[in-house]
Amino acid sequence: MKILTGNDLKTGAVIWWTGVSWSLDVNDSADVGEHGAALVAREEGARNVVGAYIVDGAKTDEGVRPAHIKERIRALGPTVRPDLTLKPSDPEAVNWVI
Amino acid sequence: MVDVQFRFREDEAVNDPAVTVDSFGEQSNATAVRIEPGDDARDLLPHLNRLSLVEVSFPAWTDGRGYSSARILREAGYAGELRAVGDLVIDMLSHLKRCGFDAFAPDKALNEQDAQNAFDRWENVYQATGVDGRQAIWAKRHG
Amino acid sequence: MYKYDEYDQQMVDTRVAEFRDQVRRRLAGDLTEDQFKPLRLQNGLYLQLHAYMLRVAVPYGTLNSAQMTLLGDIADKYDRGYGHFTTRQNIQYNWIKLEDTPDILAELAKVEMHAIQTSGNCIRNISSDQYAGAAAEEIVDPRPYAELLRQWSSFHPEFLVLPRKFKIAVIASETDRAAMRLHDIGIKMVKNDAGEIGAQFYAGGGMGRTPMIAPLIREFVPLDQLITYSEACLRVYNRYGRRDNKYKARIKILVHELGRDEYVRQVEEEFAHLLTQPIEPPLAELERIKTHFVDPGFEAGASDDLDLTDPDFRLWVERNTHAHKQAGYVIATVSLKPVGGIPGDATGEQIRLMAQLAKDYSFDELRVTHAQNIVFPHVKKADLYTVWQALDAAGLSTANLDTVGDIIACPGLDYCALANARSIPVAQKISERFGSAERQAELGELKLKISGCINACGHHHAGHIGILGVDKKGLENYQLLLGGSEGADTSLGQITGPGFTEDGVVDAIEKATEVYLANKQGEERFLDTYRRIGMAPFKEAIYG
Repeated sequence: MKILTGNDLKTGAVIWWTGVSWSLDVNDSADVGEHGAALVAREEGARNVVGAYIVDGAKTDEGVRPAHIKERIRALGPTVRPDLTLKPSDPEAVNWVI
Repeated sequence: MVDVQFRFREDEAVNDPAVTVDSFGEQSNATAVRIEPGDDARDLLPHLNRLSLVEVSFPAWTDGRGYSSARILREAGYAGELRAVGDLVIDMLSHLKRCGFDAFAPDKALNEQDAQNAFDRWENVYQATGVDGRQAIWAKRHG
Repeated sequence: MYKYDEYDQQMVDTRVAEFRDQVRRRLAGDLTEDQFKPLRLQNGLYLQLHAYMLRVAVPYGTLNSAQMTLLGDIADKYDRGYGHFTTRQNIQYNWIKLEDTPDILAELAKVEMHAIQTSGNCIRNISSDQYAGAAAEEIVDPRPYAELLRQWSSFHPEFLVLPRKFKIAVIASETDRAAMRLHDIGIKMVKNDAGEIGAQFYAGGGMGRTPMIAPLIREFVPLDQLITYSEACLRVYNRYGRRDNKYKARIKILVHELGRDEYVRQVEEEFAHLLTQPIEPPLAELERIKTHFVDPGFEAGASDDLDLTDPDFRLWVERNTHAHKQAGYVIATVSLKPVGGIPGDATGEQIRLMAQLAKDYSFDELRVTHAQNIVFPHVKKADLYTVWQALDAAGLSTANLDTVGDIIACPGLDYCALANARSIPVAQKISERFGSAERQAELGELKLKISGCINACGHHHAGHIGILGVDKKGLENYQLLLGGSEGADTSLGQITGPGFTEDGVVDAIEKATEVYLANKQGEERFLDTYRRIGMAPFKEAIYG
């Protein structure tokens, strides 16, 4: 699947396109199919997002996972600071990055 | 032909068609020339007395060669109109002016109020460029 | 240290107002991201992997306790409780909100700090020797010259959109602690035969994907021509540096392609011309700046005695302190490299503690080092044990300066949008494997540097041992380099061969250290042994 990520313009927070709006949780990502580029243009133009780009991803048993390690780190948070990740209470969360 | 949006000169606006640096050398009657980023402004130095307009082109504002071209012409004593043309952004206007530009013709008209704020932004400056008539902070400190 | 006058204060205040206006125009839609990006970069604001990142300048690495305290407060108030000290003596915050940035800059301006030109294609923060004004062996304090250049380079109208970023370092000692020859311009303050102080210029050094050691371009620039000569160097670069390819746009490529002699010829021609222009500040300005860098009120006749009965303290004194020019005083380095820690990171609380200790015991002064540590430049030996105890209680007493545990590492793929591989986990594994007091003592001085991509922010080319993270078909892979140095004996490391996994590279380093220990003669450091015996034995041990 193709998923869409970017940063919130005002806060910089990493966000994922859900199909109707943006979410902080990668698991809410929708498959944007062929519409990615159009969505990037529209959403950046509306200043909802900055630096938006399309990445490959897959639905797994644990949720949506980007294909490349870079976006998996982007989705979870820095692997060296589990306290700052999307799942600070789960010390094993870092394992799905690698 | 581009529209000059800001001009800091008292004399009559010059609207002679600007020729390229290459053809300027061949046309002995031309009075206006346009410098592209890759041109050497020093090629014009022998002809400064017959020039009344130099346009310096900024195809992209992030290419800063035109700032050096401007200062080089002013340092050599060029006193005619020095016009920045092209992709000009509000935030660089005062820096262009400090390098000797006295006319500005942006591709797209800039917001008047924001541009005015930008021209007026820096009450003091750290450097003497020698070409904008401004006194550097160090000169004021030791005035 | 330098204190702003009304003009300096007005300049930073004006910049805050300007940036506030730029943010307003961005949020209102008057500026697109393409237009805004170069502007925010010139204020040190990046968009990174997780959020905006703000890099705050620490000019020539010197700051006072009020400034340091605020850096800790910003970490807590606007970020997530920590900051990261960088290889160019700055600090960066990883979780900044765009909408907060003007307020952060306004708070910084109140303590005479800013983020001006900490990124972008302009002249960056001027770096210097972290022991400036304190080291026994320096010719003069390099910081007044760095401050003169700071003011000249701030908002220099001709040089704000250069082909690429431009980094300057100024040193004044034979011992190079600032990687001077790996800068776009390196300046070494020297004394000529007549006993006059002047500046020796090097140009065209740098790391990145094409590392180069800067050649000497002028033996001696008199102090009353320092700005004019710098301006000539920059003008030639601004006019003729390549703009067709981002990766060939640094001045090192220009100097390399023209050849050093031709670059020098063009600079000298421009210099001769610029000397006719009224652009050089009077020497009185340099003298004014120098008055800010006079020695603090050292106590005459302070005792050189140190009670070293506490073995942990003794180890720290041996490792982390350096001779001071004043009897009874010492320069102490606080390592931000605890075993298994993140190189260069400090919590808001730790930052404030270091500020307080500097206030109480180091004449209100601290330094940031390019190796991502913090220095108390002027500690009375009689106070040193007290200082160490306070550091120890805060987890800041790691005794590993310039050893294998004192690793320089860029943020890598954990934070950086440009990175290809993570740097920090590799640093953690290495410091865990080699960081014990015994192994450090055995391996001696060993500078290990890790970059997570070819941009070389972690200085891997200049490490005695360097590691470069690359992306190999979507997987992190690490190349190993040996033999680099960024001291007075600057050299560039050579790649050993095929890359490794994260664990594999740690094993390979183990093998390299075994070769060193087996071949070491006398007091040789790792680097000395490598230079003597060459790559072959290391290669054989690692891949054989």
